[in-house]
Amino acid sequence: MRQLRFHNLTLGYDRHPAVHHLDGIVKDGALVAVVGPNGAGKSTLFKGIAGTLKPLAGSIVRDGIEGRGVAYLAQAPDIDRSFPIGVYDMVAMGLWRSRGVLGGITGKDHCAIEAAIAAVGLTGFERRPIGTLSGGQMQRMLFARLVAQDARLILLDEPFAAIDARTAAELLALVQRWHGEGRTVLAALHDVDLVRATFPETLLLAREPVAWGPTREVLTPENLNKARRMCEAFDEAAEACAVAAE
Amino acid sequence: MLYDNLIAPFADFEFMRRALVGTFALAFSAPPIGVFLMLRRMSLIGDAMAHAILPGAAIGFLFAGLSLPAMAGGGLVAGFLIAIGAGLISRWTQLKEDASLAALFVISLALGVTIVSLKGNNIDLMHFLFGSVLAIDDSALVLILAVTSVSLVVLALIWRPLVLESVDPGFLRTVSRAGAAAHVVFLALVVLNLVGAFQVLGTLLAVGVMMLPAITSRFWARDVTGMIAAAVTSALVASYVGLILSFRAELPSGPAIVLVAGFIYLLSLAFGPVGGLIWLGLPRRHLEA
Repeated sequence: MRQLRFHNLTLGYDRHPAVHHLDGIVKDGALVAVVGPNGAGKSTLFKGIAGTLKPLAGSIVRDGIEGRGVAYLAQAPDIDRSFPIGVYDMVAMGLWRSRGVLGGITGKDHCAIEAAIAAVGLTGFERRPIGTLSGGQMQRMLFARLVAQDARLILLDEPFAAIDARTAAELLALVQRWHGEGRTVLAALHDVDLVRATFPETLLLAREPVAWGPTREVLTPENLNKARRMCEAFDEAAEACAVAAE
Repeated sequence: MLYDNLIAPFADFEFMRRALVGTFALAFSAPPIGVFLMLRRMSLIGDAMAHAILPGAAIGFLFAGLSLPAMAGGGLVAGFLIAIGAGLISRWTQLKEDASLAALFVISLALGVTIVSLKGNNIDLMHFLFGSVLAIDDSALVLILAVTSVSLVVLALIWRPLVLESVDPGFLRTVSRAGAAAHVVFLALVVLNLVGAFQVLGTLLAVGVMMLPAITSRFWARDVTGMIAAAVTSALVASYVGLILSFRAELPSGPAIVLVAGFIYLLSLAFGPVGGLIWLGLPRRHLEA
């Protein structure tokens, strides 16, 4: 059974935890919203799952999802927009897992790339340099790359921040399509109404997990209040954590 | 008349033919490397690395005289040491890579000039600093051609990770570990090409044939492939015209080539079809959509 498991997971920077003692399972095909205030550890958790940040303690187990079967859309990807590359080539990079450093782009790949570009409504933009894209078009392009990646597990870090309602709605439809195809999707979001309307499952995070389960039961006023009271600053004088690592 | 000026120097003199083959070979490998240096905002790194190879080449000279394998070998070793050293210093301390490289390359330059002066005279020193296109012998030619062949093949192999490392390193890290390797191999190519160019243009001008055509290319093309084609073309033109100029006007060949490349750059800056200055002064009606 494919699933994603967290065992007493602590992630952080410079020994300070940003995600503290998280336990739980994300089932295959789940559509999970990760909700919490700024500084709650949502991005940190995604970096951990994507494998770019090593846990301070505990572990992340990706059963049946090989390391590269994860597609990750960062909150603020450090893309050099002045680099002379077009939309088509950027989306084609999503095929890295199957094509690698040297593999050629076949006719089938070409169709997949075109389909991915069409899925986000960017048909006609193939040759446009990325530097000329608007914020929303950029996000559409990055979603097209996710489509091309064809991953089992998709991590979206605040995918709808700073884009207009129509773009957000279209990209959200794409997320639901992925859900329908049986992929596992985790999305960090701030819009509680959107989460209530579309995400069956929610993890409410405030450095420590506050609640995790069906969205209706998690997003209660008490829980949201509890999450809001979380202290954002690291305590520079913090002692070593007393909870045993395992 | 045309024949006398444009072809006769090469038909009549073997050293001119060698110089042409050597500079043409360099024109195929150094400018593409320069394009990536520019796109990765590392334009000045090439300059620093070119100075960094001097003490190695000078030590080779100290032990073996003006022997090409000794100088090229020493230059390679010194270049790699400085590149790796700068990388390690920036990783272990709060210095950024450009700062540690800046520190190391002036030390290298001073050290290199001192070592050359220990054994050689001012003519040797000029040879080190500015090269001598017209003294390319068989072994130098073989070295340059080998550098070109290796560079082009390796660049083709690391092309994809290098492009992705440049445009979206965060994404590359999530799909592959090739990014760091591509960066290191790329730096090795920079050193290799500078050692090749060093034979022809010396340590102070070697970077000219790498960066000037690359920077010129920005004014001619909008994508990487086009920029590389433009860069190689301008390097070829600069080499040819520079050699003819130096032959006719009895100018030193290295500076002549670099000056022609510089002239092409200034022309492109002013009139280049992609963002040349002239378009600022020519108000064009905006399009319908």
